[in-house]
Amino acid sequence: MSKLTKEQIDQFFIEQFESFEQQLNGEKSLPLHKTRKEAFDTYKQSGFPAPKDEEYKYTNIAKAFASHISSVETSDIELTKEDVQKHFISKLKAINLVFVNGELNTSLSDLKDLPGGLIIENINDAQTKYESDFASYFNKADMAGADNFFSLNTAFTNGGAFIKVEKSAIIEQPLACYFFSTSQKNDMISQPRNMIIAGENSQATVIENFITLGEHASFTNAVTEITLEQDAIFNYYKYQNESDKAIHVGATMVEQRGKSVFNAGSFSLRGMMLRNNLNIAIHKPHSETNMYGMYLLDGKSHVDNHSVVDHIAPDCESNELYKGVLDGKSKGVFNGKIFVRQAAQKTNAFQSNGNILLADTAEVDTKPQLEIWADDVKCSHGCTVGQLDADQLFYLKARGIDEKTAKSMLLKAFAADVITTVKVDALRELIEKNIEERI
Amino acid sequence: MSKDDQILEEFASKEYEHGWNVDIEADSAPPGLNEDIVRFISAKKEEPEWLLEWRLKAYRNWRKMVEPEWANIHYPKPKFEDIIYYSAPKQKKKIESLDDVDPELLKTFERLGISLTEQKRLTGVAVDAVMDSVSVGTTFKKQLAEQGIIFCSFSEAVKEHPELVKKYIGSVVPSNDNFYAALNSAVFSDGSFCYIPKGVRCPVELSTYFRINAANTGQFERTLIVAEEDSYVSYLEGCTAPQRDENQLHAAVVEIYAAKSAEVKYSTVQNWFPGDKNGKGGIYNFVTKRGICAGDYAKISWTQVETGSAVTWKYPSCILKGDHSQGEFYSVAVTNNYQQADTGTKMIHLGKNTKSRIVSKGVSGGKSQNSYRGLVEIHPRAENSRNFSQCDSLLMGDQCGAHTFPYIEVKNKSSQVEHEATTSKIGEDQIFYCTQRGIDEESAVALIVNGYCKEVLNKLPMEFAVEAQKLLALTLEGSVG
Repeated sequence: MSKLTKEQIDQFFIEQFESFEQQLNGEKSLPLHKTRKEAFDTYKQSGFPAPKDEEYKYTNIAKAFASHISSVETSDIELTKEDVQKHFISKLKAINLVFVNGELNTSLSDLKDLPGGLIIENINDAQTKYESDFASYFNKADMAGADNFFSLNTAFTNGGAFIKVEKSAIIEQPLACYFFSTSQKNDMISQPRNMIIAGENSQATVIENFITLGEHASFTNAVTEITLEQDAIFNYYKYQNESDKAIHVGATMVEQRGKSVFNAGSFSLRGMMLRNNLNIAIHKPHSETNMYGMYLLDGKSHVDNHSVVDHIAPDCESNELYKGVLDGKSKGVFNGKIFVRQAAQKTNAFQSNGNILLADTAEVDTKPQLEIWADDVKCSHGCTVGQLDADQLFYLKARGIDEKTAKSMLLKAFAADVITTVKVDALRELIEKNIEERI
Repeated sequence: MSKDDQILEEFASKEYEHGWNVDIEADSAPPGLNEDIVRFISAKKEEPEWLLEWRLKAYRNWRKMVEPEWANIHYPKPKFEDIIYYSAPKQKKKIESLDDVDPELLKTFERLGISLTEQKRLTGVAVDAVMDSVSVGTTFKKQLAEQGIIFCSFSEAVKEHPELVKKYIGSVVPSNDNFYAALNSAVFSDGSFCYIPKGVRCPVELSTYFRINAANTGQFERTLIVAEEDSYVSYLEGCTAPQRDENQLHAAVVEIYAAKSAEVKYSTVQNWFPGDKNGKGGIYNFVTKRGICAGDYAKISWTQVETGSAVTWKYPSCILKGDHSQGEFYSVAVTNNYQQADTGTKMIHLGKNTKSRIVSKGVSGGKSQNSYRGLVEIHPRAENSRNFSQCDSLLMGDQCGAHTFPYIEVKNKSSQVEHEATTSKIGEDQIFYCTQRGIDEESAVALIVNGYCKEVLNKLPMEFAVEAQKLLALTLEGSVG
């Protein structure tokens, strides 16, 4: 396949879906398959998002897909423990979950001796085993921000993880999820679909890390659905230091169903085209939502962070801070939406996006967006695009610090207010090390 | 009914002050649009062949275009087949002095408070009054002519200065720029033309009052301002329209060309009929306004106070092509009842060391929706460019909405762009502070809103600033309780 048109891409996924259906056999009679089919029908209405779609104006996934993904075959590569462990975050004591091409690999994951109150299942099994949870928490298609990639992922739901943190359980160790694409022999498409339930009064942390193995291209369309019940506290981190051949679209759909606290951190360092959709709906008063993000790019990396915070309930607070440093021919895109519905009086919502451009060939497209239907609110957003402050640089140089060190100090300081929010020490150290190396 | 509701009711039931209809027999084209209508308009106006061709080209482009739907506004689509595209007051002879003007017409202006004679004597403003489509009388023309300034109706300019019109028409807003600009290019009836020669500083504020008159007549005016090297002009535009049940379409085009070191200041106060309290009627205001700083050190400044119209769709823009050129946009948009406004600006930085500044203040009350939509684009060549944007929204009442859609695209490392926006309501402590000092709530709100908008109002020329302040108070009366 060389340069596909949109119609050809649409046709490609129709064929994929047909062959996917064939290999499902008996599972076709289960309710999940009905959801898959409905999702695929929704997807088919407009197909693969093109740049004409306002949400994909700056990030042409269709073009990247068309020019890089070809010769897609199912992979027969078997990964060993050693293969995957070298990619684990060093010094991180965690419950490791390994996904190979979107499916949870039980032999490579730590599924034995799970702490009390933590349930991890293959999503296909969970649909019968945890039927009521499945009915109430799976497929948040009605949320603001659910787009066609979300529907496409739902249609191909297979083998992901079902994670449930039960009532009052506090999981001390973070859950580290590693998503591997095995692109050693040919291009790979993977569509991991996970769902996480943070039960009443529970606490947990999840880290997602995406890794493409091999020299070929990968297309990942990931969806993680997270639901927070009353008094839950949940931390979510996404770390992307991908191959230059990785195309990634990832949606994180978060529903704060009870009064709860949700913290998100997103760190993008490399990748051909990475698109993160973080969609959060706040349903109960006195909830708190924090979103932090950092993109540190060079080369030809392209990172697009889209976020939607939908304030449905009154008396909530949301904070969003994304920072970017762009060098080389990289491109950073930011779009933050805050919706404050009419009932969501006394909302405090803040959003900020700061960017530093280090090269004339780098580009930033930012669009902080507020849509407000309630009057008794305090909302603000701000964004800046600039460069390192010449005065600050001069101050340091005047004190005998060479330019390179001075620059790196300033950049570290710029990134600090995002990095320091990471509560997992090993992850924070890894990000700091990355920044150090880059600068 | 509580006292608040009473005030609200009183205000809501207040009829539109400028709503009446003067009967001047119009010389109209049949409703609908086809090539013949375009030819008819062109023939009526005794236009040269090239302009007819230009119109036809625009018309053919328009046929191929679809109405834009991306804006955050919802309204029943105008029926382009039912619109009368040409209507001129019957007075057609050349008018030398105001005495020859139809007294009916003069009365209309007097009710609007812009009696030509009075304006002429007292304020020193040269007014080119556009009634429906044909320019009625132009004052101060002679005085301006002495300095070489051309300020006349568009059709006159076509006859007397065809070379200038031909050179600049469509140079900033191409005839196929967008759906409504193409429509305007095909059927524009009249408008104003202004030319400031090299090195001339226009001594008076140039002003045009637009009014929509005959029923079912779309108004398609076209304004072209050309400022040559080192010149300066301040241009004022103000609008009111009589009450109607049918939605009326208004699709204007304004083009500004600023050569090296020229400065153009364009101010607008818009108070067209916003529809009644149930959202019935009102004007559709779909305007394309754009200026180009073609030479180095040129400056274009847009100031607008938008209080009227049922639906507004308007983005006065600046293309900063010359090095060191500057663009400014100051806006106050007030919406009440069922009004919808989607307004903002575009700043396209092409030249080096270009600067732009955006200050937008939105006030929404009733059930209205107010959106700011802006684009700041810094091209790779536009080194050391600078932009500062601020858009604030004030919400009055829990049924209205305020939205911000800022697009920022930066493509070099030496430029600096800042954007900030806030949304809030009038603080109870602020109101309390005023009422405690014996200022009633109504006046307190007017006071606070005026203070909130001051940064923009200060940019208006004197005559307009006074009118704008009154308009703000009137539009918001009773919307907070």
